[in-house]
Amino acid sequence: QQHEDLSTKKLRLTKPSKSAALHVDLCKATSPADALQYLLQFARKPVEVESVEGVVRILLEHYYKENDASVRLKIASLLGLLSKTAGFSPDCIMDDAINTLQNEKSHQVLAQLLDTLLVIGTKLPENPSVRMRLVEVACKHLTDSSHGVRNKCLQLIGCLGPVEKGATKEAESQAAKDVQKIIGDHFNDQDPRVRTAAIKAMLQLHERGLKLQQAIYSQACKLLADDYEQVRSAAVQLIWVLSQLYPESIVPIPSSNEEIRLVDDAFGKICHMVSDGSWVVRVQAAKLLGSMQQVSSHFLEQTLDKKLMSDLRRKRTAHERAKELYSSGEFSSGRKWGDDAPKEEIDTGAVNLIESGACGAFVHGLEDEMYEVRIAAVEALCMLAQSSPSFAEKCLDFLVDMFNDEIEEVRLQSIHTMRKISNNITLREDQLDTVLAVLEDSSRDIREALHELLCCTNVSTKEGIHLALVELLKNLTKYPTDRESIWKCLKFLGSRHPTLVLPLVPELLSTHPFFDTPEPDMDDPAYIAVLVLIFNAAKSCPTMPALFSDHTFRHYAYLRDSLSHLVPPLRLPGRKLVSSAVSPSITPHEDPSQQFLHQSLERVYNFQHLDPQGIQELLEFTIRDLQRLGELQSELAGMADFTATYLQCQLLLIKALQEKLWNVAAPLYLKQNALASAAAKQILEETYKMEFMYSGVESRQVVIIHHMRLQAKALQLIVTARTTRGVEPLFGMCEKFLQEVDSFQRCFISELPHMQGSFVDKLLDLMPRLVTSKPSEVVKILQTTLRQSTFLHLPLPEQQLHRATANIIEPTGESDNPLRFTSGLVVALDVDATLEHVQDPQGTVKVQVLYPDGQAQLIHPKPADFRNPGPGRHRLITQVYLSHTAWTEPCQIEVRLLLAYNSNKSKASTRIPKSTWSESLEALPPSENGIEGTIPFSKPVKVYIMPKPARR
Amino acid sequence: AGQDVGRSCILVSLAGKNVMLDCGMHMGYNDDRRFPDFSYITQNGRLTDFLDCVIISHFHLDHCGALPYFSEMVGYDGPIYMTHPTKAICPILLEDYRKITVDKKGETNFFTSQMIKDCMKKVVAVHLHQTVQVDEELEIKAYYAGHVLGAAMFQIKVGCESVVYTGDYNMTPDRHLGAAWIDKCRPDLLISESTYATTIRDSKRCRERDFLKKVHETVERGGKVLIPVFALGRAQELCILLETFWERMNLKAPIYFSTGLTEKANHYYKLFITWTNQKIRKTFVQRNMFEFKHIKAFDRAFADNPGPMVVFATPGMLHAGQSLQIFRKWAGNEKNMVIMPGYCVQGTVGHKILSGQRKLEMEGRQILEVKMQVEYMSFSAHADAKGIMQLIRQAEPRNVLLVHGEAKKMEFLKQKIEQEFHVSCYMPANGETTTILTNPCIPVDISLGLLKRETAIGPLPDAKKPKLMHGTLLMKDNSFRLVSPEQALKELGLAEHQLRFTCRVHVQDPRKEHETVLRVYNHLKGILKDYSVQHLPDGSITVESILIQATAHSEDQGTKVLLVSWTYQDEELGSYLTSLLKKGLPQSTP
Repeated sequence: QQHEDLSTKKLRLTKPSKSAALHVDLCKATSPADALQYLLQFARKPVEVESVEGVVRILLEHYYKENDASVRLKIASLLGLLSKTAGFSPDCIMDDAINTLQNEKSHQVLAQLLDTLLVIGTKLPENPSVRMRLVEVACKHLTDSSHGVRNKCLQLIGCLGPVEKGATKEAESQAAKDVQKIIGDHFNDQDPRVRTAAIKAMLQLHERGLKLQQAIYSQACKLLADDYEQVRSAAVQLIWVLSQLYPESIVPIPSSNEEIRLVDDAFGKICHMVSDGSWVVRVQAAKLLGSMQQVSSHFLEQTLDKKLMSDLRRKRTAHERAKELYSSGEFSSGRKWGDDAPKEEIDTGAVNLIESGACGAFVHGLEDEMYEVRIAAVEALCMLAQSSPSFAEKCLDFLVDMFNDEIEEVRLQSIHTMRKISNNITLREDQLDTVLAVLEDSSRDIREALHELLCCTNVSTKEGIHLALVELLKNLTKYPTDRESIWKCLKFLGSRHPTLVLPLVPELLSTHPFFDTPEPDMDDPAYIAVLVLIFNAAKSCPTMPALFSDHTFRHYAYLRDSLSHLVPPLRLPGRKLVSSAVSPSITPHEDPSQQFLHQSLERVYNFQHLDPQGIQELLEFTIRDLQRLGELQSELAGMADFTATYLQCQLLLIKALQEKLWNVAAPLYLKQNALASAAAKQILEETYKMEFMYSGVESRQVVIIHHMRLQAKALQLIVTARTTRGVEPLFGMCEKFLQEVDSFQRCFISELPHMQGSFVDKLLDLMPRLVTSKPSEVVKILQTTLRQSTFLHLPLPEQQLHRATANIIEPTGESDNPLRFTSGLVVALDVDATLEHVQDPQGTVKVQVLYPDGQAQLIHPKPADFRNPGPGRHRLITQVYLSHTAWTEPCQIEVRLLLAYNSNKSKASTRIPKSTWSESLEALPPSENGIEGTIPFSKPVKVYIMPKPARR
Repeated sequence: AGQDVGRSCILVSLAGKNVMLDCGMHMGYNDDRRFPDFSYITQNGRLTDFLDCVIISHFHLDHCGALPYFSEMVGYDGPIYMTHPTKAICPILLEDYRKITVDKKGETNFFTSQMIKDCMKKVVAVHLHQTVQVDEELEIKAYYAGHVLGAAMFQIKVGCESVVYTGDYNMTPDRHLGAAWIDKCRPDLLISESTYATTIRDSKRCRERDFLKKVHETVERGGKVLIPVFALGRAQELCILLETFWERMNLKAPIYFSTGLTEKANHYYKLFITWTNQKIRKTFVQRNMFEFKHIKAFDRAFADNPGPMVVFATPGMLHAGQSLQIFRKWAGNEKNMVIMPGYCVQGTVGHKILSGQRKLEMEGRQILEVKMQVEYMSFSAHADAKGIMQLIRQAEPRNVLLVHGEAKKMEFLKQKIEQEFHVSCYMPANGETTTILTNPCIPVDISLGLLKRETAIGPLPDAKKPKLMHGTLLMKDNSFRLVSPEQALKELGLAEHQLRFTCRVHVQDPRKEHETVLRVYNHLKGILKDYSVQHLPDGSITVESILIQATAHSEDQGTKVLLVSWTYQDEELGSYLTSLLKKGLPQSTP
């Protein structure tokens, strides 16, 4: 608190000089150009809150005197900038700002002034009268002849216009209505920019909670035919908003007496915009279509409909033909001449070439020239299909077609979409055929996405399963690296379709009723793939094992052990159930293991009355229990590990404090204190792990973690105080520690009441004494408080805790062939790893390479190297460049993944309000300077390399 | 190209300017009918004097085939406009056409290579969306049209009248080109092709998938696939399609492309990347899609090689050349397949096999039995009916004229266009002239002072609404000017005449004259609050500049005659006053 006071004092001293300097500068300025220069320089420097008003006065004074429009413009913009200053309440300068508007002639300056007013208005959200006044001012200037001024006025009305509809206050609701009317009038402005601004203002009002009137709808519809793309784009948005507000109201169809629901009408109109001339509008329209879920299914299905004709005769689409072939039971021969020959004649009058409705919107969208539009259309299809199963069935053909798009992103997107809607659909054989064809794609992302898709697809026939298996095996031989992904895919495929797999088993295992067939090679990935499929199917199909031959059973036992995540436990005749898996029938909240966790923690927190020895033992047992629990119950693993780590820290602290060295003169026990300092170090490390490696940690936990860290630092201080001679180094350390206590207090001021009797609580009580006393005394106080303080209860977070984990898939570390390269040059090592529960992996995950000579290299992977296959999961596929001087023999290097952290960016400091521009440049408090570090979070993998000397 | 396909050549007269759009030949004829009849343009006198410019939309021979004949043999020295890719590829095709006609068929009296070169020297190349001033008044602007590399739509504008000529265009993007695009230019006339006026096509993805599936299956069976193509345009699309498919599927069967002009043309495809679609434009930095890995040049001897292969061969309708030779060799085997990717003119072998004929009579009385499979895949890059409607919607023309299509089909489309856009639509036959009335706007100069004075009156100017102004229109030396009346008088040296209306109104009022006047004065004062009503000492009333005098009727003293007199400028107020007075004075209590 003391140094805060000091700093404010300092600021006050500088204040008058700053504004005075500006004043002097501006007076000195001989020409407008000069003045402008001064202002520009001034704008670069921040202004403190207290002096803002004074500066504003000076600026205004000059504003009135100034003849040059450009200088006035700069002043106006400075006013806006200044009123943004945090902590400054701009209502005092509002009147002046409004006054300046009155006499201003230059349109540009006017627009800038209105912008300033907008800033002022947004800074005063709790003041309706000010807002009303500003809106009035804006309305007055709406008739200005410059588009810029009108633009700003509309923006201001949109941002500040009254939105609360007080039923009691007639006048206010009247005003609200007026605002809409005023903005609505500018829908027909002559300048497209003003029209856009008007629509945007309307949307702004909507966002702020004003219910727009339905009457705007017809106006907005007219704007869809505007000449300018930004107007159309905004109008599409407005129509969408209205359709969400009034989905059920009825609107007439022009040129007929019929009436339809507004949402249907709007849907039709937006569909129409999918074939707009500008691709920006097309993207916008396609995106919005996805979120219109109230639309009636009749209209929805029209979007996929496109009547074909050839020479005025009705023609069936290829999709229809494919479907017919399929339903007639004929295996797709597709060899008939003229099967797409046009059929019946069409009545020329009945053909409507440009339907006003939704006809074929998606057909167009998916065929669009720009891939942005295609992606938007696929996304929209996905969203609509998720809400309507019948639509999902219909759009399948189109999605399957998109698998052959020329742009990879579009293919990927459509595969993902298909996966999302896959529970609504069953693939026909011909569709499956097309889907599987994509397995040969050379892009790894596409193949993996497709595997994911196949995991959750429903296939209708056994031929389909067979086809899928054959294609997957083909894929496996072509791209052996896909092994894991293919096995996983087959696992799900098998467990989903046990009855379809059953008739295929003899063929797949190539068993023969009479002859013994040779035993397949157990290491063949393709054979494993087949087995994975069969075993997973056999899980829910008890008759299947009867078809197995002897070696199959042997292989089962082997695979069950080696690939237990892929092969389920089977009830095999004559064998015991291999593992007694935890029965999954118990619902999680009654889970005994969860109860166990809570109970054991309960026990630990009540240990106060135990003797020290007992406490230690109890902690040790509990930690062991928790660790075991984490291994058994994967969903509790994060929670158990987290608490175990915490208890471990506590244990270390207790052990360190019980060291005998504290009672003896320091120099004699130099060796023993190694334990204490090591403990302090380890606790620090563990606290960083706790803070940064777990996702789902709440602020309550963060406090406790920080508290633990503080204790560790205290311990460190004590140990150093004991071991070092002389007082000088201690001064600095003590001061640093006190600063940390201080910043802890500032960060967690709200949490302090929960920490009765804790180390920090006691320390803060003693703070005044600590600040004034000598280092040796400080150390003494610390030591006693540390011993007396109670053990803080670590509350468990409500949601699941997940520990960040990483697993390096490649390099496997099994290779005996060293990677040879010429020294001095680089070699690229492919690294493929899966990351789980890592937040913001692009920023935090690093690759570390350790050379045998102790040299370490840290590599930051590119953001593009991270893929996100599912929630909480990431995949890192990158290349690491290695280089070294020549070695005589091949040697192993270690590759591991690190999680970088920065205590500055920790969850604690984000709780402090972000400093604004005025403060940010004036030095931060020193204690905020974060500690950066890394936590290794994957098993290291060894790679054999051999840099050869370069040949001359 | 009125009501037929081929020989595109349209003459447009627009505000005194004559522009010729395209200069094509007809595939079906070998006599004089293959070229347009240029004597129709002007009987006597040189074409150069009559035509202001010639515009070529794209390099297909039915749009540019007659160009050397027209410019060199008939004689035209004016500018010829085309886009850069068209200018680059056009001479290759013309040269090829010349070779076939002269060298193979032995025709004389045909244009020579030198003539093609001379002709190309007259060409001015334009960029997309570049406005080219042909002369002071005539300007042209090119828009992207899809169809083939370098195909463009042209807007021709004189003053505020404009015509858009589409050439051939395609509204759905394909594997190597984007879709046609035009802004809302609201031309007076849109001249659109209408090849597929009565067709709505299936999505191109199905077509592509079908095509690939057919090729793939045949190749896996060990059959050979023959794809007759025109050297440019579709061929490149199919090449890209097959190339990417081969790459994705890792197929090994060879793909051949018959050599000749293709290599040269492919070179240009590589160069004009900006004219292709988004995908190729974006990826060409890594790899130019037109640098084929799997597609090799074809040699005559390869046709007899065993094993599967895919061959692209010219020409596209199987009427002559290499494609026909290969067809003859392969036709007997049912494992093989021929895929016709485009339109076939009647009378060609392509047309015959497509219509199901299985026995063909070849030259020299040979009978060829066709056992191979025949497939038809429409890969033609013309807009279908929906596409044409979409373009009309984008451009919002006031009139539409259909060309380059069959009369019966046009009829249908015409009816649709009129019904849905409420614009008139025309479909002239060859040699027919259609006159379209436009509503030209005539720019008039106005003096700034007058403009300011007039706009100051009344509400704020609104650019969307027409505004009424007073002024004098001066037509002098072929220019129009709007000036104030005073200045007009001064310029023309005329004296100003005053026009006054007078009117007598009879009022029943028994009182004295001055009393009547007073009553009238009070009455008017009460009603016309916004105007200055004055009672002059000589017993008359003035309302603004209108004079009212009252005299007693000579016969009946009870009737007073009110004389109202006003100038022409005050007509409105004057007639209002008269009608007011005619209603009589209010019965006032004295």
